[in-house]
Amino acid sequence: MASRLVNWFKFSSPATFYPLARKIAVVSTIIAVVLIAIGLYMSFFVAPTDYKQGEGYRIIFVHVPASWMSMFIYVVMAGWAALGLIFNTRLSAMMAQSLAPTGAMFAFLSLWTGSFWGKPMWGTWWVWDARITSELILLFLYLGYMALRSAIDDPRRGDRASAILLLVGVVNIPIIYYSVQWWNTLHQGSTIKFNEESSMDDTMLITMLIMTFGFWAYSIAVSMVRVRAVILERERSSSWVREQLGAET
Amino acid sequence: MFEPLLWIIRRDLTIAMRRRSDIFTTLIFFVIVVSLFPLGIGPELETLRLIAPGIVWVGALLASMLALEQIFSADHRDGTLEQMLLTPQPVSILVIGKVLAHWLVTGLPLVVMAPLLGLQYDLSAAGLGALMVSLLLGTPALSLIGAIGAALTLGLRSGGVLLALLVLPLYIPVLIFGAGAVEATVSGLGGASHLSMLAAILVASLVLAPLATSAALRVAED
Amino acid sequence: MAEFFDMGGYALYVWGSFGATALCMIAEPLLLRGRSQQIRRRIARMVRLEQEVKHEGQA
Repeated sequence: MASRLVNWFKFSSPATFYPLARKIAVVSTIIAVVLIAIGLYMSFFVAPTDYKQGEGYRIIFVHVPASWMSMFIYVVMAGWAALGLIFNTRLSAMMAQSLAPTGAMFAFLSLWTGSFWGKPMWGTWWVWDARITSELILLFLYLGYMALRSAIDDPRRGDRASAILLLVGVVNIPIIYYSVQWWNTLHQGSTIKFNEESSMDDTMLITMLIMTFGFWAYSIAVSMVRVRAVILERERSSSWVREQLGAET
Repeated sequence: MFEPLLWIIRRDLTIAMRRRSDIFTTLIFFVIVVSLFPLGIGPELETLRLIAPGIVWVGALLASMLALEQIFSADHRDGTLEQMLLTPQPVSILVIGKVLAHWLVTGLPLVVMAPLLGLQYDLSAAGLGALMVSLLLGTPALSLIGAIGAALTLGLRSGGVLLALLVLPLYIPVLIFGAGAVEATVSGLGGASHLSMLAAILVASLVLAPLATSAALRVAED
Repeated sequence: MAEFFDMGGYALYVWGSFGATALCMIAEPLLLRGRSQQIRRRIARMVRLEQEVKHEGQA
């Protein structure tokens, strides 16, 4: 047990994690490409046409995975933030930092595809539906995190301040979601609803899951490449970075 | 435990009383913002009555957010805050004291002023009452939550705008239940459930927000 | 083929969604690659300059 613990902490050092991150990035890139290719094939050629929404429903094969990933990534970032505050590891904060842009991108994509879905189904580009509104607020939370992160020059302070913000955010998300839902039902938005679940058949669900796992692998790959860039930038005066890059040129 | 709390409140109030113009700036901002809306929307009382709860609440929210930066900044600049963090008192007590003093100076005037602004929008007497009660419960919660953002952005170059970006999303539940309480009262449904949600948010933020704020203050003063 | 791209009249919405997603998910890795190469080049240059200064000092 003790030796296992030591092993884990070994990888929390940026110098040992740097080469490992490259391996993880390569493997997950391959997984992402394969899964997304299968997912795309299934979303256009295997999944049947929906009898109510026609071909337009195929948008959910990117919309739902993007929404799921945007929420999941925020929670993972908060997890890294908590680890960083408890064990005082620099790498945790770097991981949270390198996930943020990808999470924000998925939140944006979720809104974008949601409005492209809403236009033909509801007749407007934007509806103040509880889920869309919550997704918008989630995007704001991502932007706030990234703004705070880049406003603080001292990296140690930046790590810890943004970790606190992430934890505050993750505590607030359920409250925000609940209040938005309350607000939405009071203003009778409930006549318009996503009816994905009700008319979902198995191939649709499987396609959605494959796409989700593909997006998941994509997020891991991108964040690993980004964490390598962050490590290099933050550790640029350390001897191992100099040896590594000095040898390359 | 209460002695240092009272001491902090008394100290901050004394300082605030020496700079009374700060109080009025927040209040005047509130009045101006709320008065701008009829000019942008048009003077039909029908419409104004409908949007009054939201507008007065958003005005109060923005005004209390503008004042946030002052909670810790003066003490941070002259080094008092660093000294305070070194005292054996729990930092949460210090935070609660400072936030409470700050609310008495900037939040309470908003609560008192709100009915007058509600009259501009032809709110009913019951609506005005609900407006005051909801602000009375909501603005301290805003100050408590906002203090986290104020502590996180302490001493940063782009502090003010950044603070808004961090804090506004967290204000949304308070806004929803606050404006909702007034609206429900005006429409005759009764705002009791909204008000109890607001009270719950206030209690939760009274317990949790000072913890986050004191952690953020320690990071900033490190 | 044309029927496939027409998406039962939903072409704009389906391709608008899939296109934007594809665009983002291709652009992000490319931008990221540019950024990491830039960082590598900068640090390598820094290392080289320092070594040159050191050599000159020795000579």
